[in-house]
Amino acid sequence: MKTLVRPMPMLWWLRSRAYVLFMLRELTSVLIAAYLVVFLIFLQRIAAGPSSYGSYLHWLAHPAVLAFHLVALAAALYHSVTWLQLTPMTVVIRLRDRRVPAATIVAANVAAWVAVSILIVWLVVGT
Amino acid sequence: MTMAEPTVSLEIFRYQPDGGGTSTFQQYQVPYHEDWVVLDAINYIKDHLDGTLAYRWSCRMGVCGSCGMMINGIPKLSCATFLKEYYPHPIRVEPLANFPIERDLVIALDDFMKKLSRVQPWIVRTAEAPLGAGEYRQTPAELDQYKQFSMCLNCMLCYAACPMYGLKPLFLGPAAIALAHRYNLDSRDEGRASRQEVLDDEHGVWDCTLVGECTTVCPADVDPAAAIQQIKLSTALDWIKRALRPGGSA
Repeated sequence: MKTLVRPMPMLWWLRSRAYVLFMLRELTSVLIAAYLVVFLIFLQRIAAGPSSYGSYLHWLAHPAVLAFHLVALAAALYHSVTWLQLTPMTVVIRLRDRRVPAATIVAANVAAWVAVSILIVWLVVGT
Repeated sequence: MTMAEPTVSLEIFRYQPDGGGTSTFQQYQVPYHEDWVVLDAINYIKDHLDGTLAYRWSCRMGVCGSCGMMINGIPKLSCATFLKEYYPHPIRVEPLANFPIERDLVIALDDFMKKLSRVQPWIVRTAEAPLGAGEYRQTPAELDQYKQFSMCLNCMLCYAACPMYGLKPLFLGPAAIALAHRYNLDSRDEGRASRQEVLDDEHGVWDCTLVGECTTVCPADVDPAAAIQQIKLSTALDWIKRALRPGGSA
């Protein structure tokens, strides 16, 4: 029998809100990757000596670069928060034959995330 | 004098395999009743307006899983979707997305059936106990481990909702993986290692990017997305265990 195959349109992800949100979440990875490139250049400039580090700092202060960092931070936060919200799907913990509620698992993950973030801030700024 | 009976408009996808390979939408005016589901309206068309319309249905009560259709672009069981959710607006009915279409609203099931059998959705034992040993017993807690994943109707709405299956037709897909997980979690089963060959394959769980729509559209609350992510986690843990074992390699 001759079946009909309807190919996926290129803009399939505009079909529903859920698909758009999924694509936005995937795209946050691009911004995070771009931030990592900027960060790698930062390390390379430190290694290259004080003058190149100084010019790099000057470049970092440019409003466009600041704006990029803010957008990348927002992308990283969106990615992290939505990722933590999905953890109960994967993590199945049973205590006394009862499954630990999803909200408890999300809260534990968020608490661990905040604790690690504070530790990093303390290491970078506090010392 | 009687009031004109209210009607609702259905735009139905039509494809005849012997009709030159083209598809079209055909519009039908169907009486509107508040307690009618979309399947009632389609049955009305078949009985009173156009006997050539082809579609699948059976139980009419959300159990058999055969009347799945795209209703205004969303995969739904047509027996569980009321006209009143859309009235007075027209309702567009198409065959389930991502599947080859045989005729009108009838899709080809072959791909799903092959994938389903590949995950061995039955209890696998390395050695069968003799009949005299009695049944394999299970506690309510052991049943609870997999019960959710055993509720699958094989309605394939999850495949129609999954863009990854649409883009990569070799992907094993949500329902087959959820059923594999159902048997992996069963205390009586010993088939995980052999299922793992299919699940940890290039087109197994790793083709899933967690869009999550399989779970959203599932009419039986199976949560196939959770099954897939849980298998990803256990597969990754297997890999770490192998890598850490003395002399082991990933």
